[in-house]
Amino acid sequence: MSGITKAYGTSSGPVTVLDGVDLTIARGEAIGILGRNGAGKSTLIRIIGGAETPDTGEIERSMSVSWPLAFGGGFQGSLTGLDNLRFICRVYGVDPDACLPFVHEFTELGVYLKEPVKTYSSGMRARLAFATSMVVDFDCYLVDEIVAVGDSRFQAKCHEELFVKRADRALIIVSHDPSYIRSHCQRAAVLRDGKLHQFASVDEAFEYYTEYMA
Amino acid sequence: MAVASISQSWAIQKRVLGALLMREILTRYGRHNIGFLWLFAEPMLFTLGVTALWSIAKLDQVSALPIVAFAITGYSSVLLWRSMPSRCISAIEPNLPLLYHRNVRLLDVFLARIALEAVGTTISFVGLLLLFRGLEWLEFPEDVLKVALAWLMLAWFGAGLALFLGALSGTSELVEKFWHPSAYILFPLSGAAFLVDSLPPAAQDAVLLLPMVHGVECLREGYFGSKIVAHYDLGYMAAWNAALTIAGFLRLRAISDKVRPE
Repeated sequence: MSGITKAYGTSSGPVTVLDGVDLTIARGEAIGILGRNGAGKSTLIRIIGGAETPDTGEIERSMSVSWPLAFGGGFQGSLTGLDNLRFICRVYGVDPDACLPFVHEFTELGVYLKEPVKTYSSGMRARLAFATSMVVDFDCYLVDEIVAVGDSRFQAKCHEELFVKRADRALIIVSHDPSYIRSHCQRAAVLRDGKLHQFASVDEAFEYYTEYMA
Repeated sequence: MAVASISQSWAIQKRVLGALLMREILTRYGRHNIGFLWLFAEPMLFTLGVTALWSIAKLDQVSALPIVAFAITGYSSVLLWRSMPSRCISAIEPNLPLLYHRNVRLLDVFLARIALEAVGTTISFVGLLLLFRGLEWLEFPEDVLKVALAWLMLAWFGAGLALFLGALSGTSELVEKFWHPSAYILFPLSGAAFLVDSLPPAAQDAVLLLPMVHGVECLREGYFGSKIVAHYDLGYMAAWNAALTIAGFLRLRAISDKVRPE
């Protein structure tokens, strides 16, 4: 991915959110992207996932890349959790019935799976979103703060699925919480004023980020 | 997904459209009462109502044609070209979350809705013809192929209009505001309730500017054959259809960068 820029038109003129971002991710690599609220982290991850197109620049995907795992984006509120799951399975060519046991077990949503997603709490959405993305086998997962919500039990399950069972997959985690990235990523980058500052180690990125936040 | 061959892309395209169709049926009709059967029950009810009204209003005294067949051919044509744009104009907003998935494009959302409407109105049309043939209220068409051709042309017109207006509605709310009155006013002008030949010459020329009139006339000629004199030019209609389709694709391409998932 090279030379990515993205600007949004607002009522007070265009705002450049990403300004020439370059990034390469190797197979099996876990990279964290730090940034303040509104720094453009989610925009970046949506562009990587292909949900949005950049204004300029190119993205080359040689791995299968997941959709951005956020608090429940990608679901249609009026449909039940189960129907949403089936839709996503069909889009990605997975047998919906085969994955039901896993989703039931992981989400613990029980009868709520047959209720419309719009009635879910954010924690319930997050569980469903996470389970759904685990059903499809990707080489690279995009995680947008999702693991930060939910109780400790959910977090432990996510950890097991993502970092233990899928330790060989590439991961891009976006967060404003340095300690989370620190414990899961081999390297990190900081997104600031549209530029992506990359560091060889998480500690260096952490230092830079702390300084910048201060 | 770097270099996907054409067959891979085709497989993905089929999956996405299949998934969207299933989802569309579910969100629209749900699992209550007769569920997806509403897909064609709804247009059937519409057509039946209009047929009943026209029969009572004695429109059959206006022309010598059997009123039931006249009403079904006329009103089914209207439903065919009108329902697709109506469904596509409001298609973007509720489907925004789906665009999170890279392979789901706006075009796919539109295509799924267009296909569903086309299937629904076609089943309704054919079903009603069979039903009333069973009751011996009407005769089958004289030239089935010509009826099918006219039906296809009307469907293409509806699809082109749906793509164009659907894409336009992505950047302007005015489309939705203007569509309903326009569709309402176009209905009596669309040839559904009259034969062009029965109009004064000046009115004939004016009404034949509308592309769907040509489709309805062709359909009626296929149906009633020698009993009527039809006025139509499928070349003129095809030019309209192609222009709308191309404009729709261009507009869709222009807005696909601007439409963002939630």
